[in-house]
Amino acid sequence: MSTSAPPTSEVSTLTLREAHRQGLRNALLRDERVFLLGEDIGAYGGCFAVTMGLLGEFGHERIRDTPLSEVAIAGAAIGAAMNGMRPIAELMTCNFSLLALDQIVNNAATMLHMSGGQFNVPVVFRTTAGGGRQLAAQHSHSFEPTFAHVPGIRVLAVATHEDARGVLQPALDDPDPVVLFEYPRIMTLEAECPDEPAVVDLTSAAIRRPGNDVTLVTYGVTLYTVLQAAKILEEEGVDAEVIDLRSLRPLDDATVLASVARTHRAVVVEEAWRTLGVGAEVASRITEEAFYELDAPVARIGCAEVPLPYAKQLEDAAIPQAAQIVAAAHRVLHHG
Amino acid sequence: MVDEREPASGDPHRRGRRTAEELLPADELVQLLDADGVRHEHPRYTAEVGDDALRELYRWMNVVRAVDRESIHLQRQGQLGVYASGLGQEAAQVGSASALADADWVFPSYRELGVGMVRGVDPVRLLHLNRGTWLADHDPHEHGFAPPSIPIGTQALHAVGFALGALFDGAPIVAVTYLGDGATSEGDTHEALTFAGVMGAPVVFFVQNNQYAISVPVEEQTAAPTLAHKGVGYGIPAVRVDGNDVLGTYAVTREAVDRARAGEGPTLIEAVTYRREAHTTSDDADRYRPREEVEAAEARDPILRMARYLRANDLLDDAAEREVQDAAARLAGEVRARLYDAPHGDPRELFSHVYVDPTGHFEEQAALLERELGERGQAPR
Repeated sequence: MSTSAPPTSEVSTLTLREAHRQGLRNALLRDERVFLLGEDIGAYGGCFAVTMGLLGEFGHERIRDTPLSEVAIAGAAIGAAMNGMRPIAELMTCNFSLLALDQIVNNAATMLHMSGGQFNVPVVFRTTAGGGRQLAAQHSHSFEPTFAHVPGIRVLAVATHEDARGVLQPALDDPDPVVLFEYPRIMTLEAECPDEPAVVDLTSAAIRRPGNDVTLVTYGVTLYTVLQAAKILEEEGVDAEVIDLRSLRPLDDATVLASVARTHRAVVVEEAWRTLGVGAEVASRITEEAFYELDAPVARIGCAEVPLPYAKQLEDAAIPQAAQIVAAAHRVLHHG
Repeated sequence: MVDEREPASGDPHRRGRRTAEELLPADELVQLLDADGVRHEHPRYTAEVGDDALRELYRWMNVVRAVDRESIHLQRQGQLGVYASGLGQEAAQVGSASALADADWVFPSYRELGVGMVRGVDPVRLLHLNRGTWLADHDPHEHGFAPPSIPIGTQALHAVGFALGALFDGAPIVAVTYLGDGATSEGDTHEALTFAGVMGAPVVFFVQNNQYAISVPVEEQTAAPTLAHKGVGYGIPAVRVDGNDVLGTYAVTREAVDRARAGEGPTLIEAVTYRREAHTTSDDADRYRPREEVEAAEARDPILRMARYLRANDLLDDAAEREVQDAAARLAGEVRARLYDAPHGDPRELFSHVYVDPTGHFEEQAALLERELGERGQAPR
């Protein structure tokens, strides 16, 4: 019999789904006031299988399947937070989260204000956004800008393994309500992850690829399309910088502006509709704060302004694709 | 009879379910004190209240009414922006609030001055909301009295969530949410009742059916036989009580709170009463209801019947009555003195309570405001 020590691994390969699950598990282990509530998160393991296995480990009290009511999930989470709990409320898709909008926008986001600073609401709302899986117009939309519009909450788009594992702890520690967007399209994406999760800053954007020729700004699932575009550009000899905004409220425009001051060109990409979206806000801030740094007008790419279609060819045509991003980069690079 | 079926999921919070027969509310209102002040026995509900406590209930109703009336005057004089009177609902509020333990929590709507006062909240602090000075000036934690919910019915869900927290902690705390008849049509109320029923949460849904949601009478609010009947659909026992009877509301609330505390789940109470003032000081109730209806409600006055009862039982004489009225007038005067021309807030408070932990851009707004105020010659206070 071998007496050698078991292999110690400092890195493991995780899917994004597993990374999210680790984040939840760590949060549940760390603080017994943390509990999950949502639809089908127990034995079923969650609609996107993120909570799979947590019921067995933590039991019904902490992995709480609820009746089918988004507004009640959100409202009960608020009430539990008012009583010192640290609820993580799962709203299956952000299309469904609209049913809970009153509780999130009118209640969670205003409670501190309405109570003259006496009641804060440390709830974490998890929801999903984005298409690409043929789930049609009522399950695939991107409402990050809708939530990011609202003062009183924080809004984060969680696109990477590091963020998926690391974001929950600071989100739970934050005394204010936090809305986390996750992305079903990339749940099976694998990455090498250090065993010890990194600490994620809730307020900052992350530069996912440094570069000097053009700044590509994005968030959420589109990050991977943008990285793909950056790779194509690299083959053409263009050195693109890719910024994952990550935090949509507050918006870390300092990172964007510093990048634009170096590259003098920017393309803003998102899967949400362009009109009045996060991209519109970023482009507007670049224009306000870095107008004289620009060598070309800021280019913007968003979802086609239609309900996100069911048919694959139509859905692909609606969602930003790498070729579009490359073309937009060309436009700003060869402007004038 | 409790349903013996084992819950499939084994969720420890799934309490025994009740049969339809058990859930159907009685047709008759629970009434321990009729409009003439005559006390009646009820087979289930007894208000075991000593003489001092009876006088205390009476005193509270009078004090609440005096402050309510003063608030209307203050609004008429431009000192309050708007006020939602609870005239006629004193028994429902004082009776129910008196049945709670100190550790319990109230999740009120905006018409619960009486409940707040019984919970020990300084009425001036509550009325700052109506003055537009600041939103919730009272300490919710000290009094177990959450900031009044202005949207209709949203607080019911907070009560359910709060009660879930109490279940987690094993704390013997009951969350009581106050709703109006109109709120029973809101989705939040429906979903709160659903959650509370399924989870066996220690919540009491106290519905003051004051007959009108602004102008819409309760007959147009629901086709249900009564609001209490709605409980059946959620598996929640419900009871209808004469909301103008302070002893009846006390007794049914006390039972509901005791049951919730003992782990027997939520209760829906419909307290049938009448809103004798307009919805708020902003509307004219004569446009949607006849005067005769209000006069008929005056004959069912909650304070009058209690006075009759106390006098008939030698618990109140002219001197004691004078004392009560003097105390009520004194408090009303004090409220007036403290609210009248009370200073409004510093504009710098604009950004005070949006985030506990504000971020860079948020703080930049405050700096910008500070500069603008400086330019307008408004020095920091």
